[in-house]
Amino acid sequence: MYKAAIIGAGVVGGMTARRLSAYDMSIAILEKEADVAMGQSKANSGIVHAGFDPKPGSLKAVLNVEGNRLMEKTCAELGVGYRKNGALIVAFNDEDMKNLGILYERGAENGVEGLKLLDGDQARKMEKNLSKSVRGALYAPTSGVVCPYELTIEAVGNAMDNGAELYRNFKVCDIKKEAHGFIIEAEDGRIIESEYVINCAGIYSDKIASMVGDDSFTVTPRAGEYMLLDKEAGYLTDATIFKVPDHMGKGVLATKTVDGNILLGPTSVDREDKEDCKVTAGGLAVVKEKEMRFFDEVPFDKVITQFTGLRAHGDKGDFIINSPVKGFINAAGIESPGLTSAPAIAVKIEKLLLESGMHVSLKENYNPCRKKRVVFSRCSPEEKNRLIKENSDYGQIICRCEEVTKAEILDAIRTNPGAVDVDGIKRRTRSGMGRCQGGFCMPGVLEILAEELKKAPEEITKKGGDSKILFGRLKAGEKK
Amino acid sequence: MKNAQVVIIGGGPAGMSAAVAAKEAGAERVMVIERDSSLGGILQQCIHNGFGLHKFGEELTGPEYAERYEKLVSDAGIEFLTDTMVTDLSRDRVVTCVNGNGCMQIKADAVVLAMGCRERPRGALNVPGERPAGVITAGTAQKFVNMKGYLPGKKIVILGSGDIGLIMARRMTLEGVEVKAVCEIMEDSGGLTRNIVQCLRDFEIPLKLHHTVTEIHGKERVEGVTVTEVDDKLNPVRGTEEYISCDTLMLSVGLIPENELSKKAEIKMDLKTKGPVIGEFKQTEVPGIFACGNVVKVHELVDFVSDEGEIAGRNAARFALGKDLEAGEKGKKHVTEKKGVKNLAPEGEPVVICTVCPVGCKITVTSPEKEGEEFKTEGNTCSRGRAYAIKEVTSPERTLTTVMRCGDGTMVPVKTDRPIPKDKIFECMKIINEKTLMLPIKLGDIIIEKIGETEANVVCSKSLS
Ligand SMILES: Cc1cc2nc3c(=O)[nH]c(=O)nc-3n(C[C@H](O)[C@H](O)[C@H](O)COP(=O)(O)OP(=O)(O)OC[C@H]3O[C@@H](n4cnc5c(N)ncnc54)[C@H](O)[C@@H]3O)c2cc1C
Ligand SMILES: Cc1cc2nc3c(=O)[nH]c(=O)nc-3n(C[C@H](O)[C@H](O)[C@H](O)COP(=O)(O)OP(=O)(O)OC[C@H]3O[C@@H](n4cnc5c(N)ncnc54)[C@H](O)[C@@H]3O)c2cc1C
Repeated sequence: MYKAAIIGAGVVGGMTARRLSAYDMSIAILEKEADVAMGQSKANSGIVHAGFDPKPGSLKAVLNVEGNRLMEKTCAELGVGYRKNGALIVAFNDEDMKNLGILYERGAENGVEGLKLLDGDQARKMEKNLSKSVRGALYAPTSGVVCPYELTIEAVGNAMDNGAELYRNFKVCDIKKEAHGFIIEAEDGRIIESEYVINCAGIYSDKIASMVGDDSFTVTPRAGEYMLLDKEAGYLTDATIFKVPDHMGKGVLATKTVDGNILLGPTSVDREDKEDCKVTAGGLAVVKEKEMRFFDEVPFDKVITQFTGLRAHGDKGDFIINSPVKGFINAAGIESPGLTSAPAIAVKIEKLLLESGMHVSLKENYNPCRKKRVVFSRCSPEEKNRLIKENSDYGQIICRCEEVTKAEILDAIRTNPGAVDVDGIKRRTRSGMGRCQGGFCMPGVLEILAEELKKAPEEITKKGGDSKILFGRLKAGEKK
Repeated sequence: MKNAQVVIIGGGPAGMSAAVAAKEAGAERVMVIERDSSLGGILQQCIHNGFGLHKFGEELTGPEYAERYEKLVSDAGIEFLTDTMVTDLSRDRVVTCVNGNGCMQIKADAVVLAMGCRERPRGALNVPGERPAGVITAGTAQKFVNMKGYLPGKKIVILGSGDIGLIMARRMTLEGVEVKAVCEIMEDSGGLTRNIVQCLRDFEIPLKLHHTVTEIHGKERVEGVTVTEVDDKLNPVRGTEEYISCDTLMLSVGLIPENELSKKAEIKMDLKTKGPVIGEFKQTEVPGIFACGNVVKVHELVDFVSDEGEIAGRNAARFALGKDLEAGEKGKKHVTEKKGVKNLAPEGEPVVICTVCPVGCKITVTSPEKEGEEFKTEGNTCSRGRAYAIKEVTSPERTLTTVMRCGDGTMVPVKTDRPIPKDKIFECMKIINEKTLMLPIKLGDIIIEKIGETEANVVCSKSLS
């Protein structure tokens, strides 16, 4: 019997597990995929929003601003890349200028610090590639960027370091309430018992809630499509550029990720299927068209990949954080600014649990910090030399685009939560994320995974499930 | 910091020929740095033949061509570091590299860039759809099949009909894979005509010109692709979509010179070729830094890469020795081989593109009307061409290249030492597939004599120990 079971290893589940792992209690993290950060927390804009956007007084507003304040420290403890690059919300016409004023007021009401209204030239002075047609902008200096899957991985890893257990490929299909807690069943028949259950299942959070009889909300997948540009396009902008919302909606953004790539998007279109992560020609065309308003020229020839993220859009207009059944807590419909809010959501869940009578005491040996991963490519020649002398695997570069070494890949497999597939290595080390998108390093990564996990290469997958990369060995006639 | 007169970055054909030429031109301390575990570059995975027609006047496989140069390099006593990657280069020619022994810096009097090229990934192409496993570039597939001995798919569609796509269509077919179609967005294939004949037509693989892949289906593994015709502006034509079920989409959509290092040294680049701007001495705009081969622009034939390497290597040595630079031989003209389907006659017609030499004559063959009369040929410029053309319409023959497995998992490239009848190809593949090899093995070693009752022996095309 676990004290708490957290369903979903996204950023919310990860942050919650980390927070709870400070207490002397047993924690199970249940994730339906083979790895963590496979839902919304993998594919989003990665913006640590300042908090001028949500309706004042809403959970979104409060937790966003609080999350923003907590983010820098959280990232520092977890060794996650974070950059406070500021945001410019740009306006092109009279309607926009009016809305900019409203946004400024709202931001102030939400408690966002440092907001400033700029004219077009002042904005261009900050970001010189902004289009001449930009007439004004709202500057939000507390806006930042973070790598969302890195944050999730390190949060889960930190929770695990402090004793939490991760169950992979554990797709919760049924929850039964018993006298002392809950019996949680996975699709493959595995069963886990827990006193408390926390629902952090993203777009499936409505399905999980209904397993305990809570049908009070639904969550729709709302797709956002993106294009990612090579680091060579990094000159385009440093700050995050948003279009001020107008009667047409919110529009797209352009930002420089913590790793230095330019990210363009997202669109916003509801989809029927919660698994439909297709990238569409139409969606990409919309991104292109909208981005072209921001800048006079966008180097679309530097696109290295495109992807789609599905927002867990709840029908209540706000985050759903409550306890519909004693011992069961929802963190549902956590769409944007959910990434930003995650550290604050975790604190809120902790409070709800303690208020509901959970008796636990703080651990003595809790460690909120993680050992920072070595990023070989960022080391000086002297440091590189020292690393190689200590471990010659640092001298073997597997991914040439991002200069990732064998030692870093092995570390990604061995450190909590260990990578088990090619995409997992990619999210932890950036191997395969550069401009050749794994063409060169994938065979090497696959071999290292097979060797380290003691599997045959043909068993290694791209991203779990049936996503096998190879169909067996050549020369079937070969006699064994 | 170490010193060297000429440092060559990349040990492919360009780098090797540059090294040999630099040594010949008088440089004492020449050093080749290669990140792979052996010299040879991309040639090591190009086990098919078609290399060296210009340079050596014979058809070699990639590994054979590489081995000739490896021998020249070692005979000349040139130092080379393998498993070593150059990670930085400065304008004043400090080369930083990394291997299992540490991170090392070398100050070079002259540098030759010979890093080759890389494949364009799918993202750069904006193919919409899911992101399943099973989307692979042709070069990666080639590495899996030829070097590692793994099959990356069973039913494939290839996007792009450049030579690599064509070569891989044949290669996969030989290994029992079903190649459902090769799609080419342009109105003609950019591949050599001989490859269209020998890689597609021989195996009746459909080539869909003016078609592209507009969607990838499948969540975990590819389940199919939508193939659509495009108009003159290359936009998909609505209503022409066709779903092809497959487990793999192989991309052969072009190569880009690998110039991370050139950019680090802030060498001026040519926006069109995506390689450094070079002059007649193969020198970049940074004095003392030279460039050759695929790093400059994508070359179709290795022979020209070797020629370019010679000029670059010689001049790098001359620069290091303080001598004036020399241009290459003037008037040395490269014959360009025929490309695309436009040179081909419709299937079934007696027109043959000669592959005996790079000229590629278009020869029409007319069968004798009466017994005892001879075949008539038109369009050939030599008697070898005539003989080839007649053979091609009566009983076509092909050289078979493939790999064999060793007990320890090493894959050995092999070939038939002469062409075999085309209709015996699969029979011979079966015989080859049943045999396992043992190391060490030398280039030219006979592995199977007179395979499948033909006159041809299967020989090893790479020395391995
Ligand atoms: C396009 C897009 C852009 C965004 N941009 C931003 C932004 O810039 N800034 C920001 O602050 N926020 C942003 N967000 C929102 C942010 O990404 C989310 O709020 C946050 O990632 C939510 O995390 P989560 O853990 O709740 O959900 P998820 O990351 O979706 O995690 C849920 C997990 O639950 C698992 N799960 C589901 N069902 C089951 C089951 N039955 N059994 C076991 N496990 C299950 C899933 O596999 C998944 O791993 C964006 C979202 C999207 C989609
Ligand atoms: C699939 C395919 C089929 C082909 N078929 C034919 C054919 O039939 N006939 C023909 O004549 N030609 C053919 N070619 C063309 C021919 O192989 C190439 O033109 C030739 O190999 C280019 O030589 P290169 O030395 O410039 O580059 P490469 O062969 O690519 O060599 C570059 C070398 O540099 C190394 N390198 C790169 N960066 C670094 C670094 N930072 N540090 C250390 N080392 C580095 C690489 O590992 C590599 O070994 C084919 C090419 C391909 C890809």
